[in-house]
Amino acid sequence: MMELVFRKQIKRRWKAAAIYTTMAFVFAVAAYTFLGLKHDPLLVNLAERLLPASLEHPLGTDHLGRDVLTRLLLGTKLTVGYGLLSLLVAVIIGVPFGVISGFKGGLIDRIFMRIADAFLSFPDTIVAIVLSGLLGPGIENLLLAIVVVKWVNYARLVRSTVITERQKDYVTVAKINGVSSFRIMRKHLFPHLIGNVLVLASLDLGKIILLISSLSYIGLGAQPPAPEWGAMLNDARPYFQSNLFLMIYPGLAIGFVVLLSNLFGDYLRDKFDVKKEVES
Amino acid sequence: MSLLEVKNVHKTYDNGVEVLKNVNFSMERKECLGLVGESGCGKSTLARCILQIESINKGIIMFEGTPLQNKSERNLKPYRKNIQAVLQNPASALNPKLRIKDSLIDPYLQYSSQAKMKQFQYTSEENFVAQLLEAVELPTELAERFPHELSGGQKQRVTIARAISIEPALIILDEPASSLDVLSQAAVLRLLDELRVTLDISYLFISHDLAAVHEMSQKIMVMKEGVIVDSFERENLFSMDRHSYTQELLTMFE
Repeated sequence: MMELVFRKQIKRRWKAAAIYTTMAFVFAVAAYTFLGLKHDPLLVNLAERLLPASLEHPLGTDHLGRDVLTRLLLGTKLTVGYGLLSLLVAVIIGVPFGVISGFKGGLIDRIFMRIADAFLSFPDTIVAIVLSGLLGPGIENLLLAIVVVKWVNYARLVRSTVITERQKDYVTVAKINGVSSFRIMRKHLFPHLIGNVLVLASLDLGKIILLISSLSYIGLGAQPPAPEWGAMLNDARPYFQSNLFLMIYPGLAIGFVVLLSNLFGDYLRDKFDVKKEVES
Repeated sequence: MSLLEVKNVHKTYDNGVEVLKNVNFSMERKECLGLVGESGCGKSTLARCILQIESINKGIIMFEGTPLQNKSERNLKPYRKNIQAVLQNPASALNPKLRIKDSLIDPYLQYSSQAKMKQFQYTSEENFVAQLLEAVELPTELAERFPHELSGGQKQRVTIARAISIEPALIILDEPASSLDVLSQAAVLRLLDELRVTLDISYLFISHDLAAVHEMSQKIMVMKEGVIVDSFERENLFSMDRHSYTQELLTMFE
């Protein structure tokens, strides 16, 4: 029993530590970027190509003489920023879709869910590749592909939550009180949705970052010379025998951000569970 | 004019099961009408029909002389204010994500412009919630809690407070004490009885428990398989001309 409590405490502290690390990380990146970067991330300087780490270039330079640290930091904006943007759009489309579908039920629900099924039947990588093929490669088209694939998950999650909750007595009582459907959704159902959606979103963020990076790696996402992590990995590929770290840095950055987003998801799940909070 | 009149009400579910067959009764202001029957006999369905959350197939439900069915939600609202409900399971009747005060204030917010209150005066939200909690004999500090931090009896008192918060003319009590332990049951029923007198409310008291109904009600109806088989004044429960089914229930009572 004591051991269990102890382990729980460590776990919670570890999570809190992870959250603070994220914050510190984000602030550091923001500060560094806004205080002015020493190097131009796009400036080609062949005289300084493939330099090892030094005070001037803390992580060395790449095959075109660009500072790796600068590119890595600006890559945060591209990879994480676009990841968040596409996630936000997916949530904005998916949540109202799911709420209406779940709350209204009947024909509207059936039509909405068949549309969702149609979107679900394509694997996300395939959709992204097809859209890039049709619209041309580029990060905007990649984002479009991500939104197309991801909004369905939110619609379905929200719909199932709404269906479970609207059968409960408190919704019946609200109806007996003449509370409007809109208000029932806003006051009674929304608090049930927000936790679930945030948890799914933070777990999804990791997947989306991986998707952006992997598609950029095969040349379908961000186009050179944009400092996207997946694209940087691809750029470094020919030099991995001589300059292995050129590949390791963006790889670590991707891994780190994905890990943090997953940890953040776990943390949110605990936080939005009202019951658990009190028990612990 | 009766407070509530139910005439020739029939209700059939989509799957063809006929739950209510020609139900007729009326009730007056300030009285408690008991409705007894075993589970599955259609008691709760009748309650849901009166509350206008389920439609009926045939018949009329009149509140103070106005038929309620086929009204739009907007036209129904003045009647909704006057017919409230306390349901069987308090755990699911309170939104687990809302604090007690937010659940309690919800009905009042719907009617704040038209509510003419006799007992409870709205000065501030806190004050109003405190008055309600006091009325159901709960400590006022419960306002900040979440439903899962309360006991079953406390939760049921909160749902009672919510039902009386807009001072309705009629409250439908659908097995209000069944999910509670014996002590809480007695306390909740006593509280309900007191509130009826102080607030001039009528009750339609639905229960499978003939003893509780007899304790609470002035008139009693007995329902069996969707039909009201017997209807009598409280003191005539033990008279010899009771329906055989009522007498069967009575033997369990003793």
